[in-house]
Amino acid sequence: MTDLIAKTPCAGLLPVSHGGWSLSEVDCGPITWLAPFHGQAEALDAALQTAHGLGLPRPGNSTRAGAARCLWFGKEQVMLTGVEPGDALAQCAAMSDQSDGWAVVRLEGADGADVLARLVPIDLRPSAFPDGAVARTLCQHMTVTILRENVDALVIFAFRSMAKTLVHDVETAMVSVAAQHAAP
Amino acid sequence: MRITCPICGERDRREFYYQGAASMLDRPDPDADGQVWSDYLHLRDNPAGLTRELWYHEAGCGAWLIVERNTVTHEIIGTELVEAADAD
Repeated sequence: MTDLIAKTPCAGLLPVSHGGWSLSEVDCGPITWLAPFHGQAEALDAALQTAHGLGLPRPGNSTRAGAARCLWFGKEQVMLTGVEPGDALAQCAAMSDQSDGWAVVRLEGADGADVLARLVPIDLRPSAFPDGAVARTLCQHMTVTILRENVDALVIFAFRSMAKTLVHDVETAMVSVAAQHAAP
Repeated sequence: MRITCPICGERDRREFYYQGAASMLDRPDPDADGQVWSDYLHLRDNPAGLTRELWYHEAGCGAWLIVERNTVTHEIIGTELVEAADAD
């Protein structure tokens, strides 16, 4: 049988560096979409605590325990990354494995919000978008989810099919803002 | 133009998709007269001033909103989730 080799969504595209910023691909491990059944949000919160030691994130936030991270991902939806979901979660939530569905990149460097300000119509500076904050928003014309990992890192989730567009848009902004900062 | 999503907070207008008049929430009785249904489907006010509309936070949380705004000044007066106003 043919031995197939898996390619990551951004294979051949990343990493790149411009100015003080680097853009690299993130391997989140398993990515599972969870949507609590009607009235089951508290039960899902408890099930996540039991199975993975983290709670259900509130809108615009994420929770974390070790390698596991749970990101708010829209109205009554969250995305669990970094761990295989515990079986008990299926009792109170609809689930789908989306591990291969997302291109995930990390923009690292001071003031990454300056780069994304060219592309994203919300304030991503640490003062308005602190550690662990999550936003569903736009990157150019594309819907994305953005997570602040720490003061110097922003993680962007985009559809895998749009990986090349994502990298192109962010890299173009990095080049442009780096040139602007370098100008006398 | 900025719209405040009750879930996400104040966001740029480009994250939202406009659906139409909020009168679409007032569905007639299924057995209502054909004329009533025709009016519901086709007749719209065209106010210069306050209007209530349905907007979808397409590039955000995915919530349907009722947005009250002023068509003359473009002021957004208020927003609420459709589910709060319409249990269906």
